[in-house]
Amino acid sequence: MNLMIKGGRVIDPSQGIDDILDILVDGGRIKEIGKGLAAPSGAEIVDAAGMYVVPGLVDIHVHFRDPGQEYKEDIVSGTTSAVAGGFTTVCCMPNTNPVIDGKAVATYIISKARAEGLCNVFPIGTITQGMQGERMSEMGELKEAGCVAVSDDGKPVKNPELMRRALQYAAGIGIMVVSHSEELELVGEGVMNEGFTSTELGLKGIPRIAEEIAIAREALLSEYTGAPIHICHVSSKGSVRIIRDAKARGVKITCETAPHYFSLTDDAVRGYNTNAKMNPPLREADDVAAIKEGLKDGTIDCIATDHAPHHLDEKDVEFNEAMNGIVGLETALPLSLKLVDEGVLTLQQLVEKMSCKPSALLGLDCGTLKPGSPADITVIDPKKQWTVTEETLNSKSKNSPWLGEVMTGAPACTVVAGKVVFSGR
Amino acid sequence: MAEFKHKDIIALRDLSKEEIELLISTAENMREVNSRDIKKVPTLRGKTIINLFYEASTRTRTSFEIAGKRLSADTVNITPSSSSATKGETLADTALNLLAMKPDIIVMRHAVSGSHYFLSKKVSCSIINAGDGAHEHPSQGLLDMLTMKDRFGRLDGLKVAIVGDITHSRVARSDIQGLTKMGSSVYLAGPPTMMPPGAERLGNVTVCGSMKEAIQDADVVMMLRIQQERQGKTLMPNTREYSRYFGLNPQNIKLAKPGALVMHPGPINRGVEMSSFVVDGDQSHILKQVENGVAVRMAMLYHVCGGEMAE
Repeated sequence: MNLMIKGGRVIDPSQGIDDILDILVDGGRIKEIGKGLAAPSGAEIVDAAGMYVVPGLVDIHVHFRDPGQEYKEDIVSGTTSAVAGGFTTVCCMPNTNPVIDGKAVATYIISKARAEGLCNVFPIGTITQGMQGERMSEMGELKEAGCVAVSDDGKPVKNPELMRRALQYAAGIGIMVVSHSEELELVGEGVMNEGFTSTELGLKGIPRIAEEIAIAREALLSEYTGAPIHICHVSSKGSVRIIRDAKARGVKITCETAPHYFSLTDDAVRGYNTNAKMNPPLREADDVAAIKEGLKDGTIDCIATDHAPHHLDEKDVEFNEAMNGIVGLETALPLSLKLVDEGVLTLQQLVEKMSCKPSALLGLDCGTLKPGSPADITVIDPKKQWTVTEETLNSKSKNSPWLGEVMTGAPACTVVAGKVVFSGR
Repeated sequence: MAEFKHKDIIALRDLSKEEIELLISTAENMREVNSRDIKKVPTLRGKTIINLFYEASTRTRTSFEIAGKRLSADTVNITPSSSSATKGETLADTALNLLAMKPDIIVMRHAVSGSHYFLSKKVSCSIINAGDGAHEHPSQGLLDMLTMKDRFGRLDGLKVAIVGDITHSRVARSDIQGLTKMGSSVYLAGPPTMMPPGAERLGNVTVCGSMKEAIQDADVVMMLRIQQERQGKTLMPNTREYSRYFGLNPQNIKLAKPGALVMHPGPINRGVEMSSFVVDGDQSHILKQVENGVAVRMAMLYHVCGGEMAE
């Protein structure tokens, strides 16, 4: 089956392409890219005039809750949400039940995704057995089973000696360690960012230093061992500074931020809005500015959603009782496109951070439109307006702080392995 | 006379100056009832009030109960030990079940800040906040203001010092909200570990470097309860050292204006935030606060019910 994507603005930083071009797909792979290509007879044609055509978006940080909490999300609903957001590849975090700390769960996820999922799904295994923070997990077996990184996301590895050894060991195997960086003693019983808003609302605050101290430790451990490390969901000004400084020293540190950290401040919590409750918490205007600056100057390598579905019953409760996290796969693209409108990022940089870089970081075979590579392609309608509602979100869960808001920009077509899996809102 | 149009009273932050004045003036009138031989009026006859207390309270719960009874309402008390909270029922479900019994007002105390706003979206009856986490305690704020007004005849231009753990204090937040609206100036003092970020932006507030600076020439000195179980671990060395720097005693009380009011929301730790000499001294208005509490709560119950006298 052939597919032709005609006349779109093709932006592929991996080849330095930004031009009005056609893309021909054959047998699930990119066959040709060029001007005025002739469509083979019988080819499915996608008219991409006025659209951006980019390598399929890659999200290296999602929670699909499968196995164990399928009432929040599962691999089918999660990948449906992913492709509706323009993502063709996602990496799912191991805090499932059971956790992904061995071959069995990793294999389950990969085979279920192949059979029923709409996009590529790669599991991330745990750093420690059972995510208990006591002994390293069998990273070799995890890698062989198809895990593309290890992380105890949701929980920091508290013991610095264990983290040091995990970094060394993982580097030997060739698997990236992804750190959820948080000093739990400083978080205490905090439920939102510590600042004027928490003072006014009378909610217990989480200071920025809870994140920053932990990131500083990870940077030093990476520097000392020479092993690479990737930092999850950077949210604060100080974190950006620490990572920037470490990079300048040549430390093999990379990081991601999530759209909510450059789109919202802790003002969103006012009214005790549990859909604005996540970890790390929304910070303040200074932090948002620093996150944007970090994206612009390359300190922040990629944008990942931290897609964290929760059932209404877990969010429609008193603020302290509410679970942390928001769904993000379907709002990430329009929120990130805003950065282009604001002049924070060029379109090329945006595609790098949402496709090329995350793919390269974890050694995935995607993030490019080079002939011969898998035909994972996102066609973006930058002008499409749509409203975020419980009905328009494809995730099983509806915990978004943007419910009721109008978004500009959405995929017009998402192609995974040469197959159209989503064709617009 | 201003009108009171709120269904709920959750925070003094949500009320205008005129509405606060109205509540205080109604409370002044209610005091007359409390001084009668037969302390009961039929104002809220046939109304049902549920006191839903998820946190322990003696003073506030009793005060709301008496306030309801003096207005002839039927009052029912539910405390966590006798509620379904221990059986794992959610707050929303508990409230909906109570609502099915057709109460007119739910007076709630809850450990989570903002839970009254959550509840208010779920139920149609009136909600009165009897304290939520570290957010607000509006009836305390009102009774504090009434006590100050009794003494000075006004609130405008008063210097009010609040000393203690500001971070965890819902009393401080309600006092700051109310007093700022009424034209008083609030001076805060406490160990830096108990001063929340941006406290100076909460209202007409000055954050002081020492207790001395806060109480110097103050008209009112409000001392907050220090909770050993809450602050004990990391916020201070011990109560002995705390009382040395942030306790009110016969010496430092002289820094305040002569005849300054000494207040405390209770319960008091004698010898910690206040010496017994001051608690029991002439300037202490702590029991007056408790007395005014009943009148203020009668006014709150009265106004959320529409403010019509059955008499």
